[in-house]
Amino acid sequence: MTRKLVIKEVLASLVSMLWFSVLLFPFMVMKVNVASGVAQIRFRWAAMPVIAIAAFVLSFLWRRALIWNEHRGDKLSTSSPFALARAFIQKALSKKPVRRTSLLVLLALVAVYPYALGMYHTNIMITALIYVILALGLNIVVGLGGLLNLGYAAFFAFGAYTYGLLWKYAGPAFVSAGINTGWIFWIALPLAGIIAVIFGILLSLPVLRLRGDYLAIITLAFGEIVRMVLQNSSAVTGGATGISLIPRPWLFNLRLPPRQAATYIYYIVLILVIFTIFVVRRIEDSRVGRALEAMREDEIACEAMGIDLVRNKLATFALGAFWAGIAGVVLAAQTTYINPDSFTLWESIMVLMAIVIGGTGSIPGAIGGALILKLLPEYFRPLAQYRMLIYGIAMIIIIIFKPDGLIPRNRKKYTFVEKVAQDGKAEVQA
Amino acid sequence: MKRSLLVLAVLALAMTLVLSGCQKKVSETIKIGVAGAHSGDLASYGLPSVNAAKLVIEDINAKGGINGRMLELFIEDDQCKPELATNTASKLVSNNVIAVIGHICSGATKSALGIYKDSKIVTISPSATNPPLTQSGEYPNFMRTIAPDDAQAKLAATFIKEKLGLKKLAVLHDKGDYGKGFAELVKESAEAMGIEVALFEGVNPGAPDYSAVVNKIGNAGVDGVVWGGYHPEASKLVQQMKDKGMNLPFISDDGVKDNTFIEVAGKYADGVYATGPTDTSTNPMAIKAVADHKAKFGDEPGAFFLNAYAATVAVVNAIQKAGGTDYDAIVKALRSEYVDTPIGKISFDAKGDVIGFGFSVYQVQNGKYVELK
Amino acid sequence: MDYFLKLFLSGTAKGSIYALIALGYTMVYGIVQLINFAHGEVYMIGGFVALIVGGFFFTLGLPVPLVLLLSIIASVIFSSAFGFTIERLAYKPLRSKTRLSALISAIGISIVLQNFVLLAQTEKYLSFPSYLPELPFLLPVREYINSTQLIILATTSVIMVALTLLIKFTRMGKSMRATAQDKHMAQLVGVNINQVISVTFVIGSALAAVGGVLICSYMGQINYYIGFIAGIKAFVAAVLGGIGSIPGAVLGSFILGWTESLGTGYISSDYEDAYAFIILILILIIKPDGILGKNQKQKV
Repeated sequence: MTRKLVIKEVLASLVSMLWFSVLLFPFMVMKVNVASGVAQIRFRWAAMPVIAIAAFVLSFLWRRALIWNEHRGDKLSTSSPFALARAFIQKALSKKPVRRTSLLVLLALVAVYPYALGMYHTNIMITALIYVILALGLNIVVGLGGLLNLGYAAFFAFGAYTYGLLWKYAGPAFVSAGINTGWIFWIALPLAGIIAVIFGILLSLPVLRLRGDYLAIITLAFGEIVRMVLQNSSAVTGGATGISLIPRPWLFNLRLPPRQAATYIYYIVLILVIFTIFVVRRIEDSRVGRALEAMREDEIACEAMGIDLVRNKLATFALGAFWAGIAGVVLAAQTTYINPDSFTLWESIMVLMAIVIGGTGSIPGAIGGALILKLLPEYFRPLAQYRMLIYGIAMIIIIIFKPDGLIPRNRKKYTFVEKVAQDGKAEVQA
Repeated sequence: MKRSLLVLAVLALAMTLVLSGCQKKVSETIKIGVAGAHSGDLASYGLPSVNAAKLVIEDINAKGGINGRMLELFIEDDQCKPELATNTASKLVSNNVIAVIGHICSGATKSALGIYKDSKIVTISPSATNPPLTQSGEYPNFMRTIAPDDAQAKLAATFIKEKLGLKKLAVLHDKGDYGKGFAELVKESAEAMGIEVALFEGVNPGAPDYSAVVNKIGNAGVDGVVWGGYHPEASKLVQQMKDKGMNLPFISDDGVKDNTFIEVAGKYADGVYATGPTDTSTNPMAIKAVADHKAKFGDEPGAFFLNAYAATVAVVNAIQKAGGTDYDAIVKALRSEYVDTPIGKISFDAKGDVIGFGFSVYQVQNGKYVELK
Repeated sequence: MDYFLKLFLSGTAKGSIYALIALGYTMVYGIVQLINFAHGEVYMIGGFVALIVGGFFFTLGLPVPLVLLLSIIASVIFSSAFGFTIERLAYKPLRSKTRLSALISAIGISIVLQNFVLLAQTEKYLSFPSYLPELPFLLPVREYINSTQLIILATTSVIMVALTLLIKFTRMGKSMRATAQDKHMAQLVGVNINQVISVTFVIGSALAAVGGVLICSYMGQINYYIGFIAGIKAFVAAVLGGIGSIPGAVLGSFILGWTESLGTGYISSDYEDAYAFIILILILIIKPDGILGKNQKQKV
């Protein structure tokens, strides 16, 4: 770095230091407390130098990082250790025996996971894997079909409530008939998928004409209406109080204590995840999958080619809803308690974030995104109250430095790539 | 498939292995968990309990701990979400806590309790008021330093009938677990006593404006309003009612019997009735707790602070009396010993509800809650 | 009839509250096509700055009207600065990327701002002192409308007219419209689109700040979480009216307010949001681009 450049950088950082010191002053230095209707201000001058130094350092790093990010592509030489390692792994994985053994090793590691790490890690992994199923399902709608869905949590709710209601109303009959209640889970699992599919089709019928953000808002509306219905029909769904004491699945005739039940659910959800990956991959490569992708790229051209848009859109919503329904049953089984608060707009947003951060349309991306989004907050627990703040910052950093997601979709080589002009990207400002 | 699985496994394992390595530390401290909403929309109800637990633990540790053993807090966030609460609970279990102060919301508490029960961990909630938590008998390890909704509701209904002599009520709630529960029970008791409930509705918590529902109250010709829910909505409701010149009696629950309500509603708060625990303004421990909070955190404590303070004091006392961390001994001590707390001299009954927790009706008079005898 | 009038007026009041936030939302959307999830948070920031700065000047003993003026000015300045900073940090690097990634960035900003205020200030609900004047001539009709509601309604109308004029007739407005239509073409004809987008965010955030001060005064309280719910409602209103259209946002907000109010009054408030959403769904089914939205032809 030349001397001139250093001075320029330092100056720019000084400017941002000043900017942020002023910007954050009312929040960081002044602390408000209202007593008997009068706002009292306490000054915390100690925060001042902290903001200044942090702003200076971070602004410097931020600009360097942005520049690095922009030129990352063009100087990605084959000699950097990272690239070498990646090439080596890719080469190794292209050999079938290596691929097989590494897959087996992975499976083995995943299988011993609950025994190696205990109940807490098993439980958070179950939650994360439930989100993996959700993300894979939504990925069909958003990634393949290009239909922005902000009401996905409703289908998740259908699944959970299928199990909950089945337990609430059929549970006593099971008990009196002497059949163990663990079986309800296995009845609920396919049933929830079917019910979610039916609702998916019903709810998507009115919205077939809509696209983009209008579709997003209308799905949001559906999601919220479903939650409201669950919340207000106390007589049937238990309302805001929810349904409690939902049984965990039994191992045949054995009722497991929570610790072992967690391990058991872990294996169930793991198998479901593998099943989902398998099916979703099949869908992607199928006729329907290609039609969906065509629809995402251009609806009009797609129609001109003789693809039935209505049928495709319905198929998209139905397929997406199915996985959400399945995931909902597992959620109800794991928490043993459900209420409408678990299915808010926020859940839908979280799943959407998972697939965008992972890489829209990419299966490994959806998996990675869901794992990161659900596991990070758990691993951020040592940060105590700063947890969610750092979490938000992490999301922004990831999306800025990997705008196409962490593991972007490998498009087929014959796709047409549109060149986007690099407007105003050369200059980077503080 | 391979790429997917690779990502799945590598990510998960890497993250866990890195972070699970730095967990196990063998120490002689007595570990107590604090769980509840510490972020998200309900953090206002969860964070005060963290402060309360911190204050009590600091106090005890400054005095040399319990039998020479220091106390250590494990603070975990569940955002009041049932699915996160199971994770929070298993995290606390893996940290070997012997008691938990929490959770804050009834729903989260329900999903966490199964795990605590299995691991024999005493759980004392400062704010989960859902009646079945204790009355169902499913959770022998659960206790609370707050009255269940039905007790409050009965008290409120009796007060409305006998002291206020109202005949026609509007019952509103915030659609939540706590608020709706209270409202439904008030409605039941009131109707049993021959009071007409002309209006029973839920309003959206957090909405900026309730003037439509206030108009509806005016139109229904009721002579009193019951609110089941928390104070932010209550203060908007009373403000908008009084702005429209409606001076109906307003009766609410202990989510409103909180000084923050008077702070926020200001002059509009005067005349509001609320059911709540024994008057704390003269309790020396409560005065000390609030003063300590001001000294350490710089402002007035928030909702359920004293309940959480009482819960922590009760746990600490039970550990002292039990002479160790044995679950059965602690539960026995909690059930048999009376302990001085900011909410009075309390103990717990066989189901886990608090005893000695005077519950009465208050009215805001000149910016203060005054107990009505 | 009297009851209907009361409900109608409270719906109007509610609608003007939504409109105050929806205006900024729709403006940003119209120009950069970004669902700015953080807009509600900027509104919350605006309220907090007004509380803090107003409190500071009040304790200095300044007269109430001056405190009100100073706190509104401070709130507008700081919120605009926040809006500007957010755009530079979180949206600008993503401008040429997919819209979904910018949306995620906006959600991230929303989480960060909420938790920032939660940590830096307080988790509690704070009383928001009302510095707004009481209009004595409204006292006889206070069952119908009160002075804060009238002030909000008037402000909303003024802002709507001013914004429409700004976009229609000023040079900046023309640049904005050009940017909205085609960024590259606008650049070619000499529009500095960086500047235009920054100005858009500054104006949008300033509007949010005005909303923050007025609405918090009306509610009498403030909390770090008020932005999220308000933001969602404003988004719905903006879409209802045809997102990107200034009069549309106001119309959409009023329709939302009236639906909720009349639905509450004549049916039940249990499903208050549902009425709004059902109206939204019906309108979008009939007119997929919102009431006043331009019918955008799809390009092949």
